[in-house]
Formats: sequence, structure tokens, C-alpha cells
Amino acid sequence: MSARLMQGNEAIAEGALAAGVRFFGGYPITPSTEIAESLAKLLPKVGGTFVQMEDEIASMGVVLGASLAGKKVLTASSGPGISLKQELIGYASAAEIPAVIVNVQRVGPSTGQPTAPSQGDVMQARWGTHGDHSIIVLSPWSVREAFDIAVKSVNYAERFRVPVILLTDEIVGHLRENVELPAEVEIYPRRLPKISRAEGYEPYAPDEDLVPNVANFGEGFHIHVTGLIHDETGFPVGSPKITREAIKRMHEKISRAQDEIIEVHQEFMDDAQFAVVSFGGTARTAYEAVLNARKRGQKVGFVRLITIFPFAEKILRELSKNLRGLVVAELNFGQIVNEVERAVKNCPVKLCAKYDMTIFEPEEIEASIDELIAEVNAK
Amino acid sequence: MRKQLRLSGSGGQGVITAAIILAEAAVSEGKNAVQSQSYGPEARGGASKSEVIIDDEKIFHPHVKTPDFVLAMTQKAADKYFHDLKDDGVLILDDDLVPKSPDFKNIIRVPITKLAVEKLGRALFANIVALGVLVKVTKLVDFETIKKSVASRVPPHTVEQNMTALQLGFEAV
Repeated sequence: MSARLMQGNEAIAEGALAAGVRFFGGYPITPSTEIAESLAKLLPKVGGTFVQMEDEIASMGVVLGASLAGKKVLTASSGPGISLKQELIGYASAAEIPAVIVNVQRVGPSTGQPTAPSQGDVMQARWGTHGDHSIIVLSPWSVREAFDIAVKSVNYAERFRVPVILLTDEIVGHLRENVELPAEVEIYPRRLPKISRAEGYEPYAPDEDLVPNVANFGEGFHIHVTGLIHDETGFPVGSPKITREAIKRMHEKISRAQDEIIEVHQEFMDDAQFAVVSFGGTARTAYEAVLNARKRGQKVGFVRLITIFPFAEKILRELSKNLRGLVVAELNFGQIVNEVERAVKNCPVKLCAKYDMTIFEPEEIEASIDELIAEVNAK
Repeated sequence: MRKQLRLSGSGGQGVITAAIILAEAAVSEGKNAVQSQSYGPEARGGASKSEVIIDDEKIFHPHVKTPDFVLAMTQKAADKYFHDLKDDGVLILDDDLVPKSPDFKNIIRVPITKLAVEKLGRALFANIVALGVLVKVTKLVDFETIKKSVASRVPPHTVEQNMTALQLGFEAV
């Protein structure tokens, strides 16, 4: 296929479709609306369903229902809508319902700045819903990667039966650039029961990878779905042992596969004494800042978190052993920097934050690199 | 060689659409292109700006730093967006909608909206007239390429009028 100009939001829609998404429920909000617009055009052509609901809460509800009925599902919104979806995101986590939730971040809190870029929903993506829940959060930096990450998000949601947050931002969501999309992608199929009812099938009995093969509604199995802590039958149980095991399993189904899930893009790290950590649209500017710093002879490396959660703790700790300092550039008041500081023990971590509706300019990140180097050298 | 463009005006004038079409034309000629945009929450009538970077190399940071070309379709946009133009850059103004020229040496004034209204009966075509002007001034893409890009973007029943609009702009400078 030849190169064509495509928007990040359109690429997310294309990726979701390629990964097998056949149901979208949503409610429009800038800067995510093009995802809904694209899927409204694309889904009917492949026999899929597009529903615009009355609000974001109903949108989350309808995708969970469709998922339980066997469809691969996606919803998309921005900060205010993602806040409304939180209760049902927790439900998806507890009831282990595969779903992809796209958050095209804009400036918050509340309705904030409707069309302006931000990366202020990082910790919400991990902890927006209450309780000890499991979740996966991924973030692309280009239009092409938005397609790939959409595919991955759908596959992870299905494989781990977990909500996946595709955490992008206005920068990537609204950006148009030339892309060539693959003709085919690898798809993780919906998990299905391996044994019959007569053989003792229980919908929430975990498989070897700790993920249950919950039957789709309408395919001949009796299933009970609840947000209450439940045993393998799917019915609620008020037992400390079951509660402990359920919460532990939900975490371990992700953590035992985390080396596979966690992806970090690194460049110029071989000789690096310092490095810039970033993610999403900001990483494009960070990359240019690193290139400029290296042109000036500064030994600076580039580290980009593709997987935001589970957090790349081990990778960052290992990297930092050879470093004299790290800059964390993020388009917010300082969020992922706390995770980096928790992981990195042996070198200083400097925050380069911005929260004024505008994206970083390379010079701003370069100034942070200069400051960090001066601070470290002064010690 | 990297070329940076900024198209500005007010919401509804079609500057974002014009920028998308220009970027599409560059991509169809095998170049790398990045297009970004910003607009106010009111969309129509509010400030509207779109930026395009065209390069043979990869493009990372998506924002225009020092534009080679700025198109301004309102006085407000002209006053706001000419400052960081390169010394040898070009400022293109809609002659009627930008009465006062900003303090810049390379200015091209074209009656963009007036041409659209007088020759095609609707201001709606002003962005395509502007695109014709831009292609002539910037020489970034072939006129034949931009014709194809416009034709594939606009509603089928308007292709003929849009081709006229493009030609009007191309011949106005």
C-alpha cells in the first residue's frame, strides 16, 4: 500500500477495525470525535455496529454489554468523558470484560481547555476507578504507531480480559502525517470455554495463564456477571479467602506477563550519561531535543514509554545504573515523574513540566537537560 | 529541504481543509508531511490555524518554528502570526480581509475571498483559491498534483467549481 496522509484518531479507528473491533459505543468530545466519526463510516461496511449513546456512562455500559455478547469493543472520549466512565471501567476490571477505552487527552481538570493538548490523565488511567484493579495503559507517539497500539490494545484486552486504556493526546490524535498501514495484523481471538457444562465448566475458573475463559452470552452457557467479588462460578461470595485470591489473580494475570507487555523505545543509550524520559506526543519533541543536545556534544539518550502501565520499573532501574541523571518531560504538572523516581535509585530525576495549552518546544526540554547537567556537575 | 507553512484565519474559512489538502498533495509526491491544527472551542468564527511541515527527512516535533510561508485570511491572524516568519519568508494576505499590512518586507496581497465571491458566487471557495495562490508562490507541489488532491477531498458535485477556484488563485499571482 502506498503512503497516505492520515490523522492519529483515524489510525486508531483503522487499527481497532483491523484487530477485529465490531462494536463502538460512544459520545462525541473534542479531541476524540474523529475516532467515532471514522468508525461510524467503517463499522457498518464490515457488519459491525456503531451506537452514539446519550452520554459517556451509557457508552461504557453498552460496550461492556456488547463485549459480554461476544463482540470486540472500543469506546473513545477525552478527560471529562473518561471521568464519567470510571465506575464501569472498574466493573470491567472486576468482571473481567475485555474493552478498549481511548482517552485523547486535553487540558483538565473538569472541562478544562477543550481543544488544547495535555498529558494530565496519566495517573487517572492507572487509578481512575476505585479499588485494587488491574489495567493496561499504552501510549503512541505517531500516527502509524497509533494504528499498531490500537491493534495491541484490542489484543491485550482479549488476552487478559482486562480494560485497556489507549492513552493518547491531542498532539497525536489530531496530527496528520504520511503512513503506510500493514495489509494484515496479528489478532488475538476471543477466549472461549474449553470444556462443556457437563465436564464441569465454570465461567470464572482461571486458565493456566490465570485468565478465565468466560463464555459469551447467548452461546449456550449459564453465566452470572457481577462487580461483586465472586468465585469461579461468577456468583458473589463474602469470604476472605476468595476475596484475597480474586484480587491477587487479577493482578498476577498481568504482572506475570509484564515483560512481554512492557515496551520501551530507547535510542542513543550506548554512550549516554543522561537521558530524557517521555511518552506520547511529547516524545516527538523530546526526540528533537535529544538530537539537538547530541549535536552539541552532550551525551544524552532517549527513552520513550510505549507501555505506561504496568510501569517499566525494572528497565528504568537497569538503565539508570549507567546514567548520571534523567529528565522526565511530560505535558502536565508532574505525574509519571513520580513513577520514575520510585524506580530509579541511583541518579537524580528532574521534571520538565508544562501545562499551558501549548506543546513543548525542543528548546524547553534542552534547557532542562542543560540545567540537570549543570546541577550534577556542581555536586 | 524542510519547508514550514502556517495557514491562519477564522473558523469556517477552511484554512484547516486547505492545509490538509496541501499535505496530502506533498505525500502523494512521495514527501514526508505533518499537519497540525489549533482552533478555539467555538470552532466557527473563532481563531483557526493550521500548520504544515514538508520534508524529505523524518519529521518529529510537529510544530512550525520559523515559517517559510504564512497565509493570513483575517487581520487578527495577520497581526498574530507573521512575527516568526523567516527573513526571506513570504506573507500572503487576503487583500480585502486584511486592510493593514503588518511590518514585513515580503508581502503578497491577493483578493482571495473577493475572487471566490465574484467568479464563483460564494466565499466558500476562498480556501481553494488560497491553495492555488500557495502552490504558485511556494512551488512545493505540482499544480497537477494539487488538482488531484482537491478533487479527491471535495464533494463530487463541486469538483468543477473547485478546479476553477484553484486556477483563479494560481493565476492571481
